[in-house]
Amino acid sequence: MTAPTGEVYRIDWLPGTDVLHGTCHCGREHTSQDPIEMWEWMLAHPSGHAVDEAQGADA
Amino acid sequence: MPHTTAFARNQWYVAAYSHEVGRDLLGRTILGEPLVFYRTEDDGTAVALHDRCVHRRFPLSESRLDGDRIVCGYHGFTYDTTGTCVYVPGQKRIPRTARVASYPVVEQDALVWVWIGDPALADPQVIPRAPHLASPGWVTVSGMEPIDADYGLLVDNLLDLSHETYLHGGYIGSPEVAETPITTEVDEGAGVVRVSRHMGDAECPPFYAKSTGIQGRITRWQDIEYHAPCLYLLHSRIAPVGVLPEEDGSDPNGFHTEITYAITPSSDGKVYDFWAVSRDWATDDAEVTEFLRGNNHTVVMQDVDALNLLQKTLGSERGGYQELSINIDTGGLAARRILARLVEEGAKPVERVQ
Repeated sequence: MTAPTGEVYRIDWLPGTDVLHGTCHCGREHTSQDPIEMWEWMLAHPSGHAVDEAQGADA
Repeated sequence: MPHTTAFARNQWYVAAYSHEVGRDLLGRTILGEPLVFYRTEDDGTAVALHDRCVHRRFPLSESRLDGDRIVCGYHGFTYDTTGTCVYVPGQKRIPRTARVASYPVVEQDALVWVWIGDPALADPQVIPRAPHLASPGWVTVSGMEPIDADYGLLVDNLLDLSHETYLHGGYIGSPEVAETPITTEVDEGAGVVRVSRHMGDAECPPFYAKSTGIQGRITRWQDIEYHAPCLYLLHSRIAPVGVLPEEDGSDPNGFHTEITYAITPSSDGKVYDFWAVSRDWATDDAEVTEFLRGNNHTVVMQDVDALNLLQKTLGSERGGYQELSINIDTGGLAARRILARLVEEGAKPVERVQ
């Protein structure tokens, strides 16, 4: 299936660090150093997305 | 117990390259289903049927064609292109149950795709494209290697290219691949995982140095597009270090190479690894073509050996062993999760509107 849905999750590994910076399709952001934890947060949408984590809660 | 990833049914899979399907019968096992492929005499349409005669289960792929019909090599049961048995030996009445399943087939981009699942759900429009495999102006080298490994291990392998540095050093690997952070994007509904690794200043591995003639260091971009479950595209761009595409989007000084894989599960613990390298540069240079063919085959065989060994090793592990995932696995983890969803969806009974 190739049609894009617009529901895109994005995870950037920040250069020069071990930090992953995730952006959910809803725009909420999250930082983590563990890809498994990152995907759990991402896919729990909208649960756990209430707090603005733009500053990086557990980075 | 072999290490296995469940199969995702109700999906299209690459069964063969177009050039492999002809007037000789070709047997391939896909998602545990034995299939036989051939091309009709009249209009060259590719046909896929279940590869077992209804009579005594003889493989039809080890039989022969009579026109567009397969004649079983054991007792002569004869099937047309729809799988209907049109002849049995010694009697006029053909039992109503004498038919083998036929499978939806689509031929596109020099690939033969087969639908495994409920034929009523087969929509050719959703098959992902790999146009470079059959477009004018592109030259492709390709092959297929069967691997005695779970298809999930090949997905893991291809989604995390940091292994190039270690497994493929001296070919396509360089230190920068493993050292450079990746960006991962998942389009959930489309079932697409994108992993990008852009290296600004990297060593040029022999695979590219010898084929492009670039001396010195390079800017190297790897942009993966994995259309789960089967098609994997790696858009590769290399150029002398610091040389970027023009502002208008053109890229006259970049070398673009499309690396295509089709990951087709065969049976439990076995996968077909279809691989292709396509380029739109030095297209008339036969020496480059042969170099890329040989070099990439070596690279693929390094993966084949590693995955055969890994499968054997995992099979001897006690149950409940642990893995450890780090940042390089972000894309691979996304792919595993999408595959798990496709497996679940493919296993559900389908509600049909009457």
